[in-house]
Amino acid sequence: MKKEARQIERLQLPFRVAFHISMQSVRIRFWRSVITAAGTVLGIAFLVSVLTAMIIQRNSGAITDPSERYRMTWLVIISLLVCLVGITNAMLMSVTERYKEIGTMKCLGAYDIFIVELFFIESALVGFIASVIGWFLGVFAVVLVKLFSEGFKVFGWISYGEVFLYLILSIVIGTLLSVIATIIPAQVAARMPAAAALRVEV
Amino acid sequence: MAVQPQTNQTTTTGTEYIVRCKDVVKEYMMGTQVVRALNGVTLDIVRGEYLSIMGPSGSGKSTLFNMIGGLDKPTSGSVFINDVDMAQLDAQELAFLRCRTIGYIFQTFNLIPVMTALENVMLPMIFGGLSTDEAIDRGIELLKLVGLGERLHHKPSELSGGQQQRVAIARALANNPQIILADEPTGNLDLRTGKEIIELLRQLNKEQGVTIISATHDLKMVDVSDRIVWIRDGRIDRVEERAAVEVRVGDVEGTPG
Repeated sequence: MKKEARQIERLQLPFRVAFHISMQSVRIRFWRSVITAAGTVLGIAFLVSVLTAMIIQRNSGAITDPSERYRMTWLVIISLLVCLVGITNAMLMSVTERYKEIGTMKCLGAYDIFIVELFFIESALVGFIASVIGWFLGVFAVVLVKLFSEGFKVFGWISYGEVFLYLILSIVIGTLLSVIATIIPAQVAARMPAAAALRVEV
Repeated sequence: MAVQPQTNQTTTTGTEYIVRCKDVVKEYMMGTQVVRALNGVTLDIVRGEYLSIMGPSGSGKSTLFNMIGGLDKPTSGSVFINDVDMAQLDAQELAFLRCRTIGYIFQTFNLIPVMTALENVMLPMIFGGLSTDEAIDRGIELLKLVGLGERLHHKPSELSGGQQQRVAIARALANNPQIILADEPTGNLDLRTGKEIIELLRQLNKEQGVTIISATHDLKMVDVSDRIVWIRDGRIDRVEERAAVEVRVGDVEGTPG
């Protein structure tokens, strides 16, 4: 009886439960998630639009200027970095909003790593969905623009296989970007003391 | 290693102390100034008792409450729970203690907003390693116990304040804790609902034998508490023992002649 508190068994958060909590979290805080996702959507849309435009240009037989390629690569990298900062910012806001929830979880026995896990799953989910949307927007925008300037022959210039490959590329980059951007916010969240649960705003 | 048996004390008095605070001092840094929130508090809490910590805001009431709940560490002095010095516990052991030994109830209910009532109650059990099926069964049982058997799948936002607090109480009971810590449990409730919550806590205290420690300035609590500890300026001002009074009356009545 006396030594009860010393018998330490590991507490656990099964992945299935963590995934469920994170998914609900995205759903219920929909607009917050949209803001977080917007960064990834725009970044990926830009990346895909540049890539798709390159395919169309190549297939249309137009000569591509190699310096143009460099310029675009830089633009894409910079835009993705800007996204990264944007997502981090939105996630940090989200952490400060949830101090009470995080504190409560800790009062219920959550380890720091549980909190990190929840944030990572959530950002991966948002990143995944945002990447798919971003890919679609990017392709759609380029095709629309080219359709106006070149007419229907655009459809012949698209390599559908490659464009589909870009979807996979987008998902990988977008999800990774989202998860990397969450490293700092997740750490901030994990360091939140359990006593934060008791804080009352006046 | 950190176990410090206090068996002498326990056997001589015949009562078992679940929480013991010894000369607890807590200082905070406010800018460059040191503020002493607790100034040497010694308090023993008996297993199974209903204890209220009362005092005006700024008295150190919340600080003491946090110390007892393992949410904060004293600057000097020590807090023992089940004769284990809290200062010796590492983060994992503290988490285990919070999960298994202590149940928390908050002024602002603090249900996880993204989870249903049942899921909220299940969460500490899942942490504790129960399977989902076991957790569901026990969760339903607990929600019925607090009178919410009909609202298992409601989200906190779809529940009234009193109902949310009932879910929180069910959640606090999830892992059969020995102690329930209630921080102003009636602070955000109206008079009648507050009374219901107090009665529920008292009932659980009597039926399940769980020790209840609540920080409050709700005078309705006075009627149900076994002991009331009044805190003022970081010290124990006085301790009122309602049970002792009752016992004495009973003894007198029971004395033949």
